[in-house]
Amino acid sequence: MYEGAVQDLIDELGRLPGVGPKSAQRIAFHLLQADPDDVKRLVEALTEVKQRVRFCQTCGNVAEAEQCRICADARRDRTSICVVEEPKDVVAIERTREFKGRYHVLGGAISPIDGIGPEDLRMTELMSRLASGEVTEIIIATDPNLEGEATASYLARLLRPMGLRVTRLASGLPVGGDLEYADEVTLGRAFEGRRLIDV
Amino acid sequence: MHVRHLTLKDFRSYPTAELALTPGVTTLVGLNGQGKTNLVEAIGYLATLGSHRVATDQPLVRFGAEQAIVRGAVVRDGRETMVELEITPGRANRARLGRAPVARPRDVLGTVRTVLFAPEDLALVKGDPSERRRFLDELLVQRQPRWSGVRSDYDKIVRQRGALLKSAAPLFRTRGGKRAGRHTPRPGEPPTDEARDAALHTLDVWDSHLATVGAQLLYARLRLLRDLVPDLAQCYDAVSASAANARAVYRSSLHDEVAARIADGDVPEVEQLREAILHTLEQVRDREIERGVCLVGPHRDDLVLSLGELPAKGYASHGESWSFALGLKLAAYRLLRRDLGDDPVLILDDVFAELDVGRRERLGELIADCEQVLITAAVGADVPEQLRESGTTYAVELGHVGAPLPASPPSSPNAVFEVERGGAPVSSLNTREFDSELDEPEPADD
Ligand SMILES: Nc1ncnc2c1ncn2[C@@H]1O[C@H](COP(=O)(O)OP(=O)(O)O)[C@@H](O)[C@H]1O
Ligand SMILES: [Mg+2]
Ligand SMILES: [Zn+2]
Repeated sequence: MYEGAVQDLIDELGRLPGVGPKSAQRIAFHLLQADPDDVKRLVEALTEVKQRVRFCQTCGNVAEAEQCRICADARRDRTSICVVEEPKDVVAIERTREFKGRYHVLGGAISPIDGIGPEDLRMTELMSRLASGEVTEIIIATDPNLEGEATASYLARLLRPMGLRVTRLASGLPVGGDLEYADEVTLGRAFEGRRLIDV
Repeated sequence: MHVRHLTLKDFRSYPTAELALTPGVTTLVGLNGQGKTNLVEAIGYLATLGSHRVATDQPLVRFGAEQAIVRGAVVRDGRETMVELEITPGRANRARLGRAPVARPRDVLGTVRTVLFAPEDLALVKGDPSERRRFLDELLVQRQPRWSGVRSDYDKIVRQRGALLKSAAPLFRTRGGKRAGRHTPRPGEPPTDEARDAALHTLDVWDSHLATVGAQLLYARLRLLRDLVPDLAQCYDAVSASAANARAVYRSSLHDEVAARIADGDVPEVEQLREAILHTLEQVRDREIERGVCLVGPHRDDLVLSLGELPAKGYASHGESWSFALGLKLAAYRLLRRDLGDDPVLILDDVFAELDVGRRERLGELIADCEQVLITAAVGADVPEQLRESGTTYAVELGHVGAPLPASPPSSPNAVFEVERGGAPVSSLNTREFDSELDEPEPADD
């Protein structure tokens, strides 16, 4: 245990995802020794992100206004929606430049072990986006692991009766992986080869 | 194949260990608790990523240490491969093949193949169905490592589906009024129809996953068993000098019609098995919801062992049970040898003491032509003389492997173990610093 302020910092850092007690300690001491200007920039970035960034009311992606940059962009195709688990997946897919439509961020995947069911994901919001009939194609790009597949099947069962074209990103993505870690080329190819999903 | 060298760091009782091995028979002799099994357990771990004695990794790491390292140099067809595992309880284990780290430890499966027989294997005959399922699945993975992925997917599906059955049971049981907007009911409120429908749809999704992956696993087990059964009968008779008609029949949790076909030795197509799983799930859904447990699928199956007309469990004598367990392991050895055109490493941990003289001698003859056999025994005289004479015998004393014992010609220079007792290192001949080929653990992913 360290003295007050240092220990507080270690505790706070340790609460971040992927940061264990050892890393928290390392980062804390790095910050202690860092240039004050560097630390100031970090503090500003943190404050800024909390003040300015929120979630897009339409798609759930991170946004600096009511709508995110993509939803607000009139050039994006309004007939197709790509469904992903997290905002970071939007970034990964945008990098491929294969997709011209808009997104819908679920905020996770179905995982009973973690107590996450469909009602905890932004599925109702997706349904209301489809009500106008403008959208004709849904591409499901959940992670290529068991929970991602389960979420994809669930969505497909829900969407199929609505007469939409529902596709799943083609395999070729490493199974058991995270979408965000797929490289651009693989992910791009997965988009070209997406398949109609069987349920 | 054979293991040419084994290196340990903080594995079980060994702070460090270097052990040179040769093809042929190596016998490790020493009193109980001296660290013989620890050595062969490490080799078994390289092959299966698990221990034959414990279900978790924690006991494998030397008490007080954070991480154990097991490294083996394996020779197959004259080519040597280095495989290294870093065992860190509470964190993801890491592995290295040659000089390169692999993405997941299971990517090294298939580099070392072992068939390990130990007193614990008596549970194959006398223990729970889970013991026999594990035997089949481990053999499946040794034969074709890709099954390791299917197995872990399947386990995860069963856990997910079980969690859903438990958590959603109240929704499934009651029928509630309709409420718009909010799906999750507050405590005490009846669930809405939407919540019920959502849970049922989610269950359908996991049913379909269970059926797809479960059918593949089941199919693979049945194919494996079909190949194993003839060897089983032969191996049993060979060790016990009898004609006992030792058999193993798969008992499936699927509905009667398919279960009967399977019990007859028939192997249905994967698609048929998938449909049978879905069909059976439908039949038992109410019971599953009531009990909150997954009742259908390969995780509920068993392998029924019998001798002649009688089931082995509950009927076989102690000696017969030993012969049966041994028969299963020897059959597994033969199957791998035939399939891969290469001998796995045969490990016999403390088994000769359990066998009568006749069985000892016959086992000795059966394994004489294996590429590499590692034997542990508390009493050297329990191991048939021809075996000991054809190979090398080492005395293991408090984690120290001595020079080859007289009566057996010394082979390559054997390594020496450094042991710490009460904090003070016991000195030993050319003690060597252990140097890991793995990078320092990256502190960032703790
Ligand atoms: N994680 C561990 N840390 C330290 N010592 C251990 C650990 N696990 C087992 N041991 C010790 O190893 C010894 C057992 O070694 P083992 O190889 O099973 O003996 P045997 O020679 O009878 O086969 C016991 O004395 C036990 O205390
Ligand atoms: Mg032992
Ligand atoms: Zn948006």
